[in-house]
Amino acid sequence: MGALRTWGAIAAIVLSSTAGDVLLSRAMRQIGHVGDLWHRAGPLAVLRAVVTHPSFLLALLFMAISFFGLLAALSWADVSLVVPAAASLTYITNAFAANLFLRERVDRRRWLAALLVCAGVALLAA
Amino acid sequence: MTLRKYLVLVAIVVFASFGDISLSHGMKRVGTISLARWTELIAAVFNPWVALGIVLLLGFLVSYLSALSWSDLTYVLPATSFGYVLLALLSVWLLGERVSITRWIGILLVSSGIAIVTRGPSATRQPPELEPTTGGDK
Repeated sequence: MGALRTWGAIAAIVLSSTAGDVLLSRAMRQIGHVGDLWHRAGPLAVLRAVVTHPSFLLALLFMAISFFGLLAALSWADVSLVVPAAASLTYITNAFAANLFLRERVDRRRWLAALLVCAGVALLAA
Repeated sequence: MTLRKYLVLVAIVVFASFGDISLSHGMKRVGTISLARWTELIAAVFNPWVALGIVLLLGFLVSYLSALSWSDLTYVLPATSFGYVLLALLSVWLLGERVSITRWIGILLVSSGIAIVTRGPSATRQPPELEPTTGGDK
């Protein structure tokens, strides 16, 4: 039961942090190259474009859920399980989600990189 | 990928790593804060190390958003996972910690992942009909 609750929390952290990253990426892609916008309209225009973008605001919400999920999980489970598990699994879910929702071309090279980093982070943070 | 774009990726790693180190160092000095006395969290912001950490993490956010505006998420995330390696190496150099064989294997795996992804394209070239609709002034 305890293990189920812990893995449930890890799943919630992973899914909300993936949603946050995908939404951030979506917002920034729609805004376009910020360097160009900066040169054209100045830093305030960049700031305004980012903080008023609906996907960015939604991303903040998911990142907050992920953060408080982490705090909650840490209060009953070991940090040496929760942090590496959540950090490394996020690389895999992000590869799926980026392919599905952002239509990024996740080829063999990207999959291999995601899997290697996932395994490496799990070992490093454990 | 231009040199400038690589520098933004380096900035993401440096800001995130040093931001985390600074926050962690500061919070250790502030001491444990219980949920019942959560208002002490606000006071913690005035600790110089915590304040520096927040500034560094703002720098992280700016460089991360900038990278996402011209790169794929599945490129930026593995490419910047060097932060984990940097943290492990810093703990050896600065704190004199011993790194176990497991962690050395982890460093090797993360580094190979970075080497593989950075040799490929940084953004997906999309056919026009798949191009996301632009919100506002593009």
